[in-house]
Amino acid sequence: MSDTTAGLLQVGLLIAALAACYRPLGAYMARVYESEHDTRAERVLYRVMGVDSKADQRWPSYARALLAFSAVSVLSLYAFQRLQAHLPMNLGFPGVAPDQAFNTATSFVSNTNWQSYSGESTMGHLVQMSGLAVQNFVSAAVGMAVAVALIRGFVRSRTDRLGNFWVDLVRSSLRILLPISVVGAITLVALGAVQNFSSGTKVSTLAGESQTITGGPVASQEAIKELGTNGGGFYNANSAHPFENPNPFSNLLEIFLLLLIPVCLTYTFGRMVKDKRQGYALLAAMTVLWGAILAGISILEANHPGTALNLAGASMEGKETRFGVAASSLFATSTTGTSTGAVNSFHDSFTALGGGLTIFNMGLGEVAPGGVGSGLYGMLVLAIVTVFVAGLMVGRTPEYLRKKITPREIKLVSLNILIMPVLALAGTGLAMGLPKPKESILNPGPHGLSEVLYAFMSAGNNNGSAFAGLSVNTGFYNTALGLIMLAVRFVPIVLVLALAGSLARQQPVPATAGTLPTHRTLFVGMLVGVIIVVAGLTFFPALALGPLAEGL
Amino acid sequence: MDTRTSPAVQQYLAALRTLLALTAILGLAYPLAMTGIAQAAFPGNADGSFLRRGDKTVGSDLIGQAFTRPVLVNGKPKTDSDGNPVVEPDPMYFQSRPSAAGTGYDPLSTSASNLGPENKALIDATRQRRATAAKLDGVAPSSVPPDALLASGSGLDPHISPAYARVQVPRIARERHLSQARVRTLVNQQIQGRSLGFLGESRVNVLELNLALDELGG
Repeated sequence: MSDTTAGLLQVGLLIAALAACYRPLGAYMARVYESEHDTRAERVLYRVMGVDSKADQRWPSYARALLAFSAVSVLSLYAFQRLQAHLPMNLGFPGVAPDQAFNTATSFVSNTNWQSYSGESTMGHLVQMSGLAVQNFVSAAVGMAVAVALIRGFVRSRTDRLGNFWVDLVRSSLRILLPISVVGAITLVALGAVQNFSSGTKVSTLAGESQTITGGPVASQEAIKELGTNGGGFYNANSAHPFENPNPFSNLLEIFLLLLIPVCLTYTFGRMVKDKRQGYALLAAMTVLWGAILAGISILEANHPGTALNLAGASMEGKETRFGVAASSLFATSTTGTSTGAVNSFHDSFTALGGGLTIFNMGLGEVAPGGVGSGLYGMLVLAIVTVFVAGLMVGRTPEYLRKKITPREIKLVSLNILIMPVLALAGTGLAMGLPKPKESILNPGPHGLSEVLYAFMSAGNNNGSAFAGLSVNTGFYNTALGLIMLAVRFVPIVLVLALAGSLARQQPVPATAGTLPTHRTLFVGMLVGVIIVVAGLTFFPALALGPLAEGL
Repeated sequence: MDTRTSPAVQQYLAALRTLLALTAILGLAYPLAMTGIAQAAFPGNADGSFLRRGDKTVGSDLIGQAFTRPVLVNGKPKTDSDGNPVVEPDPMYFQSRPSAAGTGYDPLSTSASNLGPENKALIDATRQRRATAAKLDGVAPSSVPPDALLASGSGLDPHISPAYARVQVPRIARERHLSQARVRTLVNQQIQGRSLGFLGESRVNVLELNLALDELGG
């Protein structure tokens, strides 16, 4: 079988698996969020938490609860790492340094999982499983809660109530993320991933050298790391590590898990707004973008333009033999199109243009198909921009899902779209302008700019992957990237909740002959166009100086 | 003075209680239950797929190794300027890919090289590795496959391509006084094809191959 055929079949199997889960999981999630009923265990939990699960919150209360939970999460995770030396199962590691602990806490709470540390030499088992992995669940649940609140904004009318943050958080975590993670973790172990509490096993190799085989509760963390589009590896090598990702089956499973919820949420959306075609339209736009980037990266990596790669005869630097070029390109596309940031191969060593496409994919705002929850609300924001642009063309007040898009909505949406590029590009500029941060660059020439740009695009989109040659465990990068991760996560969340509140208050307008249908191919095309134009115009200059200068 | 806690403080206390309760479920019960199930159902996998020879553990099936030997000068191990022993490929064994994990295949320091495609360091390393591999195996430089020249993502890649294994057959046969046909048969037995015929790439596990080679003797 030719490499191309094998690669296409691999993609085909992935799509088939996602298609099989699309309706069942999407419908299940809709039921989870629409249900009035708390399970007995949840009622006990709400009593422990001290919250009233029946309270329907206005958008500011919803936002305040979300921010309080996230603030407490950052502080607790910071303290957890700082106190590591005094905690059990620390493998003898000291407390994490203040700047790195701050960076890691903001990174995991913001669903980024940018890692300036190396797992196997920094984090003990307890911090990994009870600190970092807990945020893998709840930060994803926060994203899902915001997406659901925005859907309610479209569904409800003449109300100022958006639901209950605590209920959305708990249900997302316990009814959706946990059960799928259990299945995922056990499957990963069955495929070879490790799950133990070993502090390392010394073996004498065949050549007579000593080698320490590391252990840890890896599979349980790996499952939610992908499912929650988190991406923070148990080990430094992330999903390239054979204990996290032992073979081509586990590799496809991990790609499947990281795409699963973002894809299926479009069905949840369609069902909740009582027009499934609206969800299909968003999914179509996501799929077009994902497919185009996948084709680009796959073709570039297979043809390996670049001096060193041409000399060697393949783009295999930073790639594992068991995955090869096709499965690595598929993973790279999916991880940068969601907010995952897990990697099974190292993007810094991709072809210049292939690596550039991973940056551009993040620059699209991570909506192809985007992070858990954040992909859907990001796409809905862009859909509103699209109907606005369409409205300008024909001189009509735009509407989306029978809600009017007024100046207030457009202001909220515009701010939302602006914050990421402003911070990502300003951060890159600052790092390149200061003398010290430039010393962190590994690769000379335009590729060095790409490394810095990648870091700020990754933090700026809560992705978490890296051109990992850049040495980022410095005061500057830990602080700057930490602040950016918080800002780009929580400012848009508050804006989206405000948008949801504003939409919920409206009376739906009747659809007329002049209404732009938002489920047709025309709209999907316009949506894709808007996304490409917004990202393209914003990032073309930076990409021209980095990956394009290197690759052309 | 009002002694009741303000709504804002209550909000933060609720947030803290929520985090603690969810940590108990997701951060303790979940990983512990998964460990229990994994250890009961798949103990070998869950522990790390260790490979044993006799009663000795020689490594993990999933974690690659360097098959090198110390360079001796007047019977003493040679050291570099940092005091690390200088090593060379052990010609008796099939060689793994280049590794950027520590000094090579160190699971405590997993890493890719992260060198870009135009980086002179990678270009030079590629040229040098091609020359070294060609010399070691006594083959034309053009027949050395890419995975012999480029480091993996984890630095622990347990596999090489079937092409790289085949390139090494004549040298192994010569060093071990075995027929090439015998060694080639061994390599062919060790090739794992693509899963389902299309997932990932075909490969050879170097540690398993070398263990089987030692069984063969020579």
